[in-house]
Amino acid sequence: MTGGVATGKAGPNAAGLRRDARGERIALFGLSLPALALVVVTMVIPVAWLFWLSFFADDGSMSLVNYRRLIEQPSYRRIFLATFEIAASATAICVLLGYPLAYFLSQLPQRLANLCMIGVVMPLWSSVLVRTYAWLVLLQRQGLINGWGMKLGLWDQPLTLVHNLGGTLIGMVHIMLPFLILPLYGSMRAIDRDYLKAAANLGAGPTQAFWRVFLPLSLPGLFAGGLIVFILCLGFYVTPAVLGGGKVIMVANRIANDIEIFFNWGAASALGVVLLVLTLIILWAASRLVRLDRVFGGHGP
Amino acid sequence: MTRGASLPIAVRQLGKSYGPVRALDDIDLDIHSGEFLTLLGPSGSGKTTLLMVLAGFTRPDHGSLKFGDAEVIRLAPHKRDVGMVFQNYALFPHMNVAANIAFPLRLRRVATVETARRVEQALDMVQLAGYGARRIEQLSGGQRQRVALARAIVFEPRILLMDEPLSALDKQLREHMQIELRRLHDKLGMTTVYVTHDQREALTMSDRVAVINRGRIMQLDAPRRLYEQPANRFVAEFIGESTFLPVEARDGAFFYAGEKLKLPDGPAPDGRCLLMLRPERLQILDGAAPGDVNVLRGIVRNVVYQGDSFLLQARLADGSEIGVRGISTRGAMAAMPRPGEAVMLGLGPDDTVLLRDDSGSP
Amino acid sequence: MSWLDRPVSETQITNRSRIWLYLLAAVVLAFLVLPTLIVIPMSFSASQYLEFPPRQWSLRWYANYVNSPSWMQATATSLKAGFLTTLLATPLGTMAAYGLFVSRLRAAKLVLPVLLTPIIVPVILVGIGVFYAYVRLKLVNTLTGLVLAHSMLAMPLVVMVMSSALKSYDMNQEMVALSLGPSRPRAFLRVTLPQIRFAVVTSAVLAFLTSFDEVVIAMFVSGGDNSTLTRNMFNALRDQVDPTIAAISTVMIVISSLLVVLAQKLGKSR
Repeated sequence: MTGGVATGKAGPNAAGLRRDARGERIALFGLSLPALALVVVTMVIPVAWLFWLSFFADDGSMSLVNYRRLIEQPSYRRIFLATFEIAASATAICVLLGYPLAYFLSQLPQRLANLCMIGVVMPLWSSVLVRTYAWLVLLQRQGLINGWGMKLGLWDQPLTLVHNLGGTLIGMVHIMLPFLILPLYGSMRAIDRDYLKAAANLGAGPTQAFWRVFLPLSLPGLFAGGLIVFILCLGFYVTPAVLGGGKVIMVANRIANDIEIFFNWGAASALGVVLLVLTLIILWAASRLVRLDRVFGGHGP
Repeated sequence: MTRGASLPIAVRQLGKSYGPVRALDDIDLDIHSGEFLTLLGPSGSGKTTLLMVLAGFTRPDHGSLKFGDAEVIRLAPHKRDVGMVFQNYALFPHMNVAANIAFPLRLRRVATVETARRVEQALDMVQLAGYGARRIEQLSGGQRQRVALARAIVFEPRILLMDEPLSALDKQLREHMQIELRRLHDKLGMTTVYVTHDQREALTMSDRVAVINRGRIMQLDAPRRLYEQPANRFVAEFIGESTFLPVEARDGAFFYAGEKLKLPDGPAPDGRCLLMLRPERLQILDGAAPGDVNVLRGIVRNVVYQGDSFLLQARLADGSEIGVRGISTRGAMAAMPRPGEAVMLGLGPDDTVLLRDDSGSP
Repeated sequence: MSWLDRPVSETQITNRSRIWLYLLAAVVLAFLVLPTLIVIPMSFSASQYLEFPPRQWSLRWYANYVNSPSWMQATATSLKAGFLTTLLATPLGTMAAYGLFVSRLRAAKLVLPVLLTPIIVPVILVGIGVFYAYVRLKLVNTLTGLVLAHSMLAMPLVVMVMSSALKSYDMNQEMVALSLGPSRPRAFLRVTLPQIRFAVVTSAVLAFLTSFDEVVIAMFVSGGDNSTLTRNMFNALRDQVDPTIAAISTVMIVISSLLVVLAQKLGKSR
């Protein structure tokens, strides 16, 4: 239990002391085992089970037919493409809307900024379902937006703002924005004001100081936020289901359909595994990107 | 890089308050073209505020600021064309060394080839030739300081501002850099305004020092005059070590412990006065005192050996405790009086400095 | 000088020149905050088509909600599941965070990422996986099964919040306590825990909300008598838009907000 090789004479009680220390550390480590057990039993094992399932055809024989179907059937390809496009669009819109807000908040005095951040975080307190429902109510034909639009004379026929891709995107952007703003705001706040002072002193006007100094320094936070948003969008289920009106089918929706309507466990589990693998690849690629940036990056004169 | 142009700086009636606190109290200051002037003071004295006003980052409540003939008080910082070295260097972490130094040149639309040449030159000046491709995080504190300096001088500003640039460095490096900075200044010739709280640093590097306290300039003088002839108690206490003894004024002469003081020529301050003693200006007298020296009598309390010097602590007749410093030569140590013995201390007239007892010290 | 022309920021840009930024920020902030809030007054509108502002105020949708046994059953289930999840996830997660932080075994570096995986794995996959497993374990449509799954979902949040609290906590205090006598568990309970109280309360609230607001797993795993509020809402939304849902949403918003505010107060009171 003490291990190691005694080189020469060990000090008095060395072995016993080492045992004690190790014993204590193991006991402390043991505190984490119940949580670990819970996660392994309720997630790791079921997902591994699904992974296993995906290699079986309907007749019970082991085969790759589920995966082959994913590649061969155009409907699956369309779904993956659509999911990526929607996730990318939602992420892009989040960045366009979220960056200015995060920037504005990062320039406010701390107390005021904290107050406004409550507004940013508040949507996270309510369920995705509640927020999705709110957009349903706002966007539907007899909904608020159409009501006001027509009252103000902006248009005279109610617009179809929901049960389509547009409505889904609006809902997704609304739900994802806080996830972009939080890490971005954090990294912006951390930018030392002295960098901007130095930029100004060296001759950079406000716009130049922003583009050449502030923006590059805020990129890590932007990257992190954008990554989180993109990955979450890939796995989105509720919002496309409610706001998409059946026309917006993302991977998660297809998985649910495969189970609930077709009872096709093989197909569903294969899809799920592919989604998981894609998520992991994106995460891995992102982590390499950031590290590479640190090693080789930097602008020359 | 050759000796460039420089501008004089004229500050008039500069005032800045933060609520009830007067950070700058209607300051008037003339900085000569090409001089190395240090703003010296304790924290909160206003020295950094003054520097920030010069840089354009702090807007004063009122006052005039001229670089040469141009009034710049309302000019935005990016138009002031002054070089600045920040306390924490503020080197852009997302650019390498060369890109950092090239930054002001690119903003001024200097051609790429010319930019590269001047960056190399600047690196050479600060003895970091060949470091252009390094990333900021790979540099030590001293190296970052020099890159910050290179960046500040590469566009040949006529005024250079430095905000305690050496405070983050260890003692040896700091002393080395003090000499380097001064050498660079002499070579390039721009007007330099330097902020520090370290009086030794100020005395080492400057042509003149402005001692600042509570938003006011307490004295503006060359280092030697500041040390030998402080204008008031604050300056005397802030620069070097000093002790103060109460002095009686009678019939136009000054007396301490009943004896008349021999003073240097020149006007004496009026009102209540104090005698300022510098520990290294007192001599331990043995036997009779030479006629032209002021004598203080006391009892030795303690003698402390400090390696290259000694400190003799004595108590005078009126109870005042004073210290005497000297070089610990063999002879001096052998002749040293013992604790408990009487001792006579001599103070030459030129070292007898009287200050007005104004309670203007912090 | 008017507010518009006063320079702000280190680069001395004026408010006037970036007023477009202020407007855009205000619009985005409104976009974030208003939609959820607008459900609240709309739930009081008498008409079948929720309108704002309501032409006629009425509590009919709340009456609908309260008088419906199925909605009430679902609410009770959601609340129960929430509380039980909190009771399970918070201690387990706190113990795990503490144990991993203090033991400093190299194995800890392996265990921590595993505890965080529920965030990375897409929830739909977890949902069908858990469903599949529960069918075999006969845990489908049981409160136990639901609570276990929700606790797993909440675990990463609890562990992250507690880990960061421990990182900024001065562990020397616990060491000092140990030197004064009590055993490690008691030192933790009496010295460390009270000081990281805010983090504990925060993670408890997060655990509750994770369960209370959760949709996907509940959809697969809760049903019948143990159907959650969110599951019933989701199904109702797919059929036709019942305005009762506005009332239910309002209730959920109020509960969530109250909990968060309560957490702030409880955690910070000294």
